[in-house]
Amino acid sequence: MKTMTMAKAINEGLRATLANDPKSFLMGEDIGALGGVYRVTEGLKKEFGAHRVMDTPLAESGIVGTALGMALRGYRPICEIQFDGFVFPAFNQITTQLAKIHTRSDGQLSAPVVIRIPYGGGIGSIEHHSESPEALFAHTAGLRIITPSNANDAYWMIQQAVQCQDPVIYFEPKRRYWLKGEVDTENSPGDPFKAHVVREGSEATLVVYGPLVPVALAAATAAAEDGHSVEVIDLRSISPIDFDAVEASVNKTGRLVVAHEAPTFGGIGGEIASRISERCFYSLEAPAIRVGGFHMPYPVASVEEHYLPDIDRMLEALDRAFAF
Amino acid sequence: MGAAQQAANGSSRADAGPATSAGSAASGADSPARSQSGRSESARSQSGRSQAGRPQSGESPGVLRSNTVGSDDSVQLLDEHGMLHHDGVFSPYIDKLSPDDLRGFYRDMAFVRRFDTEATALQRQGELALWVPVVGQEAAQIGSGRAMNKADYAFPTYREHGVALTRGLDLADLLKLFRGVSNGGWDPRGTNFHLYTLVLAAQTLHAVGYAMGISRDLAADPATEPAAVVAYFGDGASSEGDVHESMVFASSYDAPVVFFCQNNHWAISVPFEVQSRIPLVNRASGYDIPGIRVDGNDVLAVYAVTQWALEHARNGFGPVLIEASTYRVGAHTTADDPTKYRLNAEEELWKTKDPLQRLETYLRAEKLADDGFFEQLKSDADELAAHVRRATLALDGADIRQKFASVYAQAHPLVAEELAWFENYEASFADAHTQTSETQGGAA
Repeated sequence: MKTMTMAKAINEGLRATLANDPKSFLMGEDIGALGGVYRVTEGLKKEFGAHRVMDTPLAESGIVGTALGMALRGYRPICEIQFDGFVFPAFNQITTQLAKIHTRSDGQLSAPVVIRIPYGGGIGSIEHHSESPEALFAHTAGLRIITPSNANDAYWMIQQAVQCQDPVIYFEPKRRYWLKGEVDTENSPGDPFKAHVVREGSEATLVVYGPLVPVALAAATAAAEDGHSVEVIDLRSISPIDFDAVEASVNKTGRLVVAHEAPTFGGIGGEIASRISERCFYSLEAPAIRVGGFHMPYPVASVEEHYLPDIDRMLEALDRAFAF
Repeated sequence: MGAAQQAANGSSRADAGPATSAGSAASGADSPARSQSGRSESARSQSGRSQAGRPQSGESPGVLRSNTVGSDDSVQLLDEHGMLHHDGVFSPYIDKLSPDDLRGFYRDMAFVRRFDTEATALQRQGELALWVPVVGQEAAQIGSGRAMNKADYAFPTYREHGVALTRGLDLADLLKLFRGVSNGGWDPRGTNFHLYTLVLAAQTLHAVGYAMGISRDLAADPATEPAAVVAYFGDGASSEGDVHESMVFASSYDAPVVFFCQNNHWAISVPFEVQSRIPLVNRASGYDIPGIRVDGNDVLAVYAVTQWALEHARNGFGPVLIEASTYRVGAHTTADDPTKYRLNAEEELWKTKDPLQRLETYLRAEKLADDGFFEQLKSDADELAAHVRRATLALDGADIRQKFASVYAQAHPLVAEELAWFENYEASFADAHTQTSETQGGAA
């Protein structure tokens, strides 16, 4: 066991990947000499060379499009998109090309491309630096989307993403880059597309992922002080979603609250609420409740605390669920 | 910026190979592409960039820079009247061709034209959802396709039926996409001919990435067979941002890719002038890559120019942009009507530049082919068309289960769940169908 930040854990995971798989390489803006704007790739260029850690022109469509071409030649590119709001110039390549190449070729071709995207708010940044666009990609068949919430997952899931034969978007919760945790470099936590129950409880299920996992755990602790037992599920994978894990929990607890930073409308929470309503209708004591961002572009940093789900908003949602 | 000025500014490529060093030393008047073919001198002086260079041992063959201006300033070896002209750089490529090769060029063009006629008819008869005619562009496609080696890889748009033929595809496979039974339809790895791409210009980036992969393979293992990639796109697609980004990447990483633009002058109903106010080939200088403008209806010139470009790329000198000036004689697809957006006179003018006619004239004049050859060819082409028709009509639809199976390369629970639901749903109808047929059978 080693203790490290999530950023360092991803860095170590990338280092292990580059060392083990000669076909893998990193590409993106400022990832070489600078080590990435968040220093996630720090030291890797020095260790593996510019050939394996490639500073690219400032062109997101170019990064993803050429990565797809490299994958067709047998390589495993790991792309970095510098910030969530800058993925949209590559949206076309990701959704119309990368996601579809396997199905368009009737299964003959595959595109094992990983796209790393630092995402989410809470860092006091400016426009386009705090978005949560995961639902836009989750809606696209052919992509897989995962997001770690702790250092151990961060270390393992990036390596598992590179090994996956499908394109994987690896959303990194940027406000948790400095969150420290224990990393077991010997034993993998298993299937990256399975959810983890990170706190057991009996009266309500709180489903979260990425940056909101620590918030949910704190909310569950606060709820316990009020006498409520709340189970917290870290989804880990947004596409596919481990509905079986959520179903099992809700059948036990009878209540479901889903929280994410992205706007609630059309979001992942709605998908989970709907599916669980179908699966667990007779177990539910209350309607599934969503907590998320408002229907507005991510607001300016000076008011983002009102936009981001916090402990109190999760508790308010739990209170509503308990009131039924 | 002139080449000399560029060299003074320390362009990295100026130090990298003969491309710029040769160019900087030569005046435009020395351009081997033009010096013997009577093309415009004034265009050269306007360009501000120089051309030159002869093939040198261990270096790139004769180098052109991208400054051609004006339609009379492109490489042409076989003119509209079937007359062959000499060009210092490019003629050697066709001097190597045998009479069989020349007849093969004609045969391929005639086959594609006949195939196109059949596919159009199939669409009109309701057997295809859509068809994308290629009539008029046969020389650009057969010439460039024939220039490729087996190990080279082509990334087409959705109109490269002629290139497909040169890559050994069964042309009937192209129609799977247009009949709605597949979004692909052939084995890209077996043919080194990638799937058609309907999102304009997206494939130019894939081509560059693939080419960068070739460079990596070579760096890792010098025994790798040198290869290059051809990225096809049209004048309409040239306005898409991906074309720009692909050229930036290709230039920055010296990717062995040939950008082959078929300027057919119309992006559905929008004329070329709306895409670009200058010849597209001029854009090459912005990326510091060689650009060559070629008469796209001259199969010999296209072949030679593409050979040159592929050698340049394969030999590690980086990308090349070719602009093949040609004309889409028919509609963009069977869904539009050219009479609504362009003049008949223009179409008639381009018909005089027909790529098949000029090669036929040449073959006959040189006594390389006679009536018997052309009659046999017509018969063979009809046979091909009949094969395509039979194969198309035999395509009786896809199985959606196969579509479930190919969304992801690895198992995916949502896909599995929805497939299970679908099977169950289908099974519920199977009972009803059985009952219905039994009832009908009883009534009969």
